[in-house]
Amino acid sequence: MLRSYLKLAIKVLLRRKFYTFISLFGIAFTLTVLTLATALLDHVFSPVPPERHLDRILYVKQVTLHGEHITLRGSPGFGFLDASVRNLPGAARVTICTRGSDVVSYSGGQKLRLSLKRTDGEFWKVLDFDFLEGGPFTVEDDRAGNRVAVINEATRRQAFGVVGVVKNVPIIRDVPFADLWVPIGTEPSADYKSQFSGSYLAMILAKDARDLPSIKSEFDARVATLKAPDPKEITSIASGADTLVETVAREVLPGTGRDAHGGLLEALLVLGAVLFMALPALNLMNINLSRILERASEIGVRKAFGASSRALVGQFLVENVVLTLVGGVIAWLVSAGALRSINLSGLVPYADFHMNLRILAAGVLLALVFGALSGIYPAWRMSRMHPVEALRRRA
Amino acid sequence: MIRLENVSKVYRTDRIETLALDHVNLRVEDGEFVSIMGPSGCGKSTLLNLAGLLDAPTKGKIAIDGETLTSYRDRDVASIRNRKIGFVFQTFHLVSDLTVLDNVEIPLLYRDISGRERRKMALAALDRVGLSSRIHHFPSQLSGGQQQRVAVARAIVGRPRNLLADEPTGNLDSQMGGEIMAILEELNRDEKTTVVMVTHDSRFAERTHRVVRLFDGRQVM
Repeated sequence: MLRSYLKLAIKVLLRRKFYTFISLFGIAFTLTVLTLATALLDHVFSPVPPERHLDRILYVKQVTLHGEHITLRGSPGFGFLDASVRNLPGAARVTICTRGSDVVSYSGGQKLRLSLKRTDGEFWKVLDFDFLEGGPFTVEDDRAGNRVAVINEATRRQAFGVVGVVKNVPIIRDVPFADLWVPIGTEPSADYKSQFSGSYLAMILAKDARDLPSIKSEFDARVATLKAPDPKEITSIASGADTLVETVAREVLPGTGRDAHGGLLEALLVLGAVLFMALPALNLMNINLSRILERASEIGVRKAFGASSRALVGQFLVENVVLTLVGGVIAWLVSAGALRSINLSGLVPYADFHMNLRILAAGVLLALVFGALSGIYPAWRMSRMHPVEALRRRA
Repeated sequence: MIRLENVSKVYRTDRIETLALDHVNLRVEDGEFVSIMGPSGCGKSTLLNLAGLLDAPTKGKIAIDGETLTSYRDRDVASIRNRKIGFVFQTFHLVSDLTVLDNVEIPLLYRDISGRERRKMALAALDRVGLSSRIHHFPSQLSGGQQQRVAVARAIVGRPRNLLADEPTGNLDSQMGGEIMAILEELNRDEKTTVVMVTHDSRFAERTHRVVRLFDGRQVM
């Protein structure tokens, strides 16, 4: 039966070229935007090198220092992280690094604007960089404040005593991203060591993804016992060890203090996608509804010859889903081209957007949801038509 | 065999009630060819729709091949229509997006039949009406007579025992009408198919076994 429906759907779509074109245009445009958004999210949140072990990593990227006259909310300082994240039970490794800052360097009279990140030696063990030359600097290099650096392939030049060259990391992965990585020990002063507020972040790599909840609890408990360097000014400290999604939720959703609402962010993204699809889906639904009269004779004939309402719903739904899947294929091709253009344009430094199986799965799901959204009601209306009434109308 | 017992049909709107059929009794035996005649609006098509289970009676009972219907719900009547009844309409009602072959296959889609078998049965039905050479044409590429022959092929492809034809020659010239009438007679004679035909044309009605006349929703003879 399904095969007959599919065959029929393709025949109807090929015969009704104008309707097919108009519908496909709307579907393909909507799905292209959603596929690009999915590709962007995949690029930001998927476990790819260097953040290969994303399922086991917690990030501490924010701290709120609260006092009677002051509330400081921002990136934590090294001192806070040093006191809160070291030796957490369940943690396999812990690293502290800066969020990154822009520096200017000169090479052969040419001015280079580079992104600099100061890291400890563990940074290279928590993250999985693809080294093209040499290797990372070590814990000892950091401790000794050795003037060594790791650079990316775009900055492959001898500004420091380069110990390694890594593959470019896209800017969109803000934690590992930089052009130049140097040991924290190269900081010009040691003041950073005691600061609770600053420009640092920490990553905690768990031994196992199942350990994340207990590490979070341990972290919370430890933060609760911390005393700020100036207890008269700062009376309470709030922070959180978050997954990557939760770090974004903490930054974009207002009112999130101790808890980051990663689930809420995911729900909002899904809701946004559904709302974005709603308008074109309604439009397609409207076109389908207007075709009920046009197809009345066919509905009447099918009913007269034994089609149940259920069979007709199936037939019309398959037709609509086939149409949206074709729209999905077009959206896939357009999106792949658009992502390639973004990569080549340099709009997003070191961007490496590409389509993959995760995006394919999301695209198929989006197309099916779109097909169901726009097809179910018209299919139901068509199937409910009285056969005598349907046959009375001439096609 | 088709039996209508004391069947009435009332159409209701917000303001008026129209009695389309008033206590009609009709018994069409297996292998019989019956024509229904009467002026426009007398209830001929309503009678045919009820006999074909396309509509439910307001009162009375309907039995098809000895099976009295107790429910007229969609799922209950769809399979009876599919297995036991074939329809031929005045305006053909072919699906314009489908080829001749696909149109004829429609009744078989709702049975558990393989694609190959469907095609074989549809080709046989088209051969029966003399249209084997037009299987890949679309309805718009055929004459009225040819379209009605496709419609007859569609009606008989599932080998139903009963054929209901609502003015099958009404939209055709006399020659093409004669050809369709000949096919219906052939089916009745050779296959013993029960045929009930609504017609305005007394020449064709006279060729059937029996004429049932309706007037203002009542059976007059």
